Amino acid sequence: MNRLAEAGKNRPQLLSGNDAVARGVWEADARVAAAYPGTPSTEILESLARYPGIRANWAVNEKVSLEIAIGASVAGSRAFSAMKHVGVNVASDALMSQTLAGVEGGLVIAVADDVGLSSSQNEQDSRYWGRFAHLPILEPCDSQEAYEMAKAAFDLSEQFQVPVLLRVTTRVSHVKSVVTVGERVEHAAKGFEKNPARWVLVPSVAKRRLGDQAVRDRQLAAYAETCDFNRIDEGTDRRVGFVTSGPAYLHLREAFPDAPVFKLGLGYPLPIERIRAFAASVEALIVAEETEPLIEKELRAAGIAAHGKDILPATDELTPNVVGPAVRRFLGEAVETAEPIKADVFPRPPTMCVGCPHLAVYYCLSRLKKQINIAGDIGCYTLGAGHPWNALDTCTCMGGSMGMALGMDLGRGETDKDKGIVAVIGDSTFLHMGMPGLLNIVYEGGNVTVLILDNRATGMTGGQEHPGTGHNLRGDAAPRVDFGKLVEAFGVRPERIRRVDPAEMPILFKTLKEEIATPEPSVIITNRPCTLIDCFCKDTPFRVVEEDCTGCSNCLNVGCPAIQVVRTGVKKMAKGQDVERKWVKIDTAACTGCGLCQSTCGPGAIVRAERVVAGPGAGAAR
Amino acid sequence: MNGETKAITNIMVVGMGGQGVMTASEILAQAALSLGYDVKKTEVAGMAQRGGVVTSHLRFGPKVLSSSIAQGEADILVGFEPAEALRWCGYLRREGVAMVNTLRQPPPVVNMGLYKYPDDPIGQMRAVGVKVFDFDASTIAKDMGEPRLVNTIMLGAIAGFLPFPAETLKEVIVEGFRARKPALAELNARAFEAGRAAAATAATVPA
Repeated sequence: MNRLAEAGKNRPQLLSGNDAVARGVWEADARVAAAYPGTPSTEILESLARYPGIRANWAVNEKVSLEIAIGASVAGSRAFSAMKHVGVNVASDALMSQTLAGVEGGLVIAVADDVGLSSSQNEQDSRYWGRFAHLPILEPCDSQEAYEMAKAAFDLSEQFQVPVLLRVTTRVSHVKSVVTVGERVEHAAKGFEKNPARWVLVPSVAKRRLGDQAVRDRQLAAYAETCDFNRIDEGTDRRVGFVTSGPAYLHLREAFPDAPVFKLGLGYPLPIERIRAFAASVEALIVAEETEPLIEKELRAAGIAAHGKDILPATDELTPNVVGPAVRRFLGEAVETAEPIKADVFPRPPTMCVGCPHLAVYYCLSRLKKQINIAGDIGCYTLGAGHPWNALDTCTCMGGSMGMALGMDLGRGETDKDKGIVAVIGDSTFLHMGMPGLLNIVYEGGNVTVLILDNRATGMTGGQEHPGTGHNLRGDAAPRVDFGKLVEAFGVRPERIRRVDPAEMPILFKTLKEEIATPEPSVIITNRPCTLIDCFCKDTPFRVVEEDCTGCSNCLNVGCPAIQVVRTGVKKMAKGQDVERKWVKIDTAACTGCGLCQSTCGPGAIVRAERVVAGPGAGAAR
Repeated sequence: MNGETKAITNIMVVGMGGQGVMTASEILAQAALSLGYDVKKTEVAGMAQRGGVVTSHLRFGPKVLSSSIAQGEADILVGFEPAEALRWCGYLRREGVAMVNTLRQPPPVVNMGLYKYPDDPIGQMRAVGVKVFDFDASTIAKDMGEPRLVNTIMLGAIAGFLPFPAETLKEVIVEGFRARKPALAELNARAFEAGRAAAATAATVPA
């Protein structure tokens, strides 16, 4: 028997929201699941891949992942797709039209909103998609509900022949709480039935489906009034009643244990009449929603007086320390403001790992940054915008570096007419959405140097596989994209396609300068694996010979966290000027032996160390 | 310590990416679950495995609602790094305790000279009234031949402050290793005891 499938049947277990969603999807007998990794949704598919009887796979992007799920649904299988909030933007082309045709096998899309922006470029509210695409939305507040709603979502989807959104947030996905699970219920796939009057969305078909969609909207609104996922916690203190959904519910209950709360499990469509009755039972109604004022506006439009964003913030989480004081002030109560302890501590921003292959790239770019503009992308290499490199000028969306670099070339002004334009993108991001942009660079003959940093992993989300790694989500061998051949097929001239080992930094630097100076599309592919993936092997580490270190601090410009300052001082130079010096050591246990710092060390103070006791990742425990 | 007077126990584990913050709080969570408590555990991780700040909130009791510990509500602050303990000490309640590993880990922005590492983070915490126990868990771990034992040592150090027996926590740790890496079970049992002893010694040093 599969260990995961059997786990926890007889006793409560601690599951993250993402693991709980996976369990619910598996128990609902979804046969196909697809996703592209994205914080905070990534672990849903990783967890699903460990269950039997479901074909879980990484798609190259969210649009493809949804299309795979749509295809499986149309073929009569229960199907699932998961993505982070911004992923829906990519998938929306498929979503907005398939909602008209509807589903055959239950189709559930888990969307993880990054409320609080722990790892995203925006904080968009996915509940808009329910309104935009005429879809019901389920909103769990914890892992138990995530499990139950994920499972029930498939029934709901089939009942109304509609895709269902399961909206979670970081505070559901990445919170572990106690879950009691159940059994898998079998749902055999029916197989595809040809029906062009439904599945071929030509205008005449779509027009008819618009009418069907309006009928479905009314049916869903009626269902919302009776749905058991919407419930009222009767309170005793009726000065204020809350309407809320998701984890904000738990924060509210913590802050106001005696207040009446209307908890929306079905976040859209709203049970307007039930809320109207609830509103009449309390003195004031406050909508606490993360993040945009959607419910609040719809209640007002229905003639229900409601407070919301006039009291509460429209960004970030509505934690007890946020809602508590805000609502108490609204009630005219005194709010204690305890003097917080002031701890003036340096920032500790995320940075690149020890021995990261991107270090060399950003060291080179930082040397050239005055002569170039650098269009960046989404991934670990976004960290190149930070210290000490400060060598990334834009970052907007997945694959955006390509088109933006072309635009920066075509839209040059007087100040940058002679500058080089460089685009930096990772292997996974390039396959996700970078390819079309590069094709446009080639098509328009853009004067852009594209750096594809192939580290054989979707790095930032934890080293997931993709079509460039040679393996799939389930660990099976898979064909591996040849990036050089790929970009050659796009039309990049073979002599402008350069493959470089970033550990050979002088060669990388020279190559970069040559390609920047060449006024046509060029592609440099770096080929060192991410230090966090299985195929990475450490080399003999380095150490600093203390008496040889002059404190020049060139090596600190590499930005490797293994290089640490041991003392600072001022040195008088020959011409009498004072120069700040920083003497360093290398954390040999952490060093991967890439040798990058050695190539920046003039006095030759950095030498190979004897093998030392294993550091993090060295596998002493194996 | 507070099992009878306060229904919910709030523990905050803080440090930087790669130090084992999440592992430590996971073990505590499993121990609490094994005793039948309701448990919620949440992390602010995101990009944190890239050496950034990591905080884990663990709450357990008869029934836990919000997963977030509010400022001034934590019973125990487990600091894997002294400046990180200082950064988050405002989350401790007045009677709370901080257990701090003294090994300093300055980030690259400090190495570059853009920011200064506090001269005496532990002293700063004490100056504002925080009850701090501090000791060098990293050296103990290194002396035991495995730097990664810091995690178990820190758990041993706070074992006496939990509302359940230290043995329960020790058992969860040792069982976990027996199941996955049996060769390390005995070593971790000793590390746990070394942590307990270190905390007891730290307690005798006047604050």
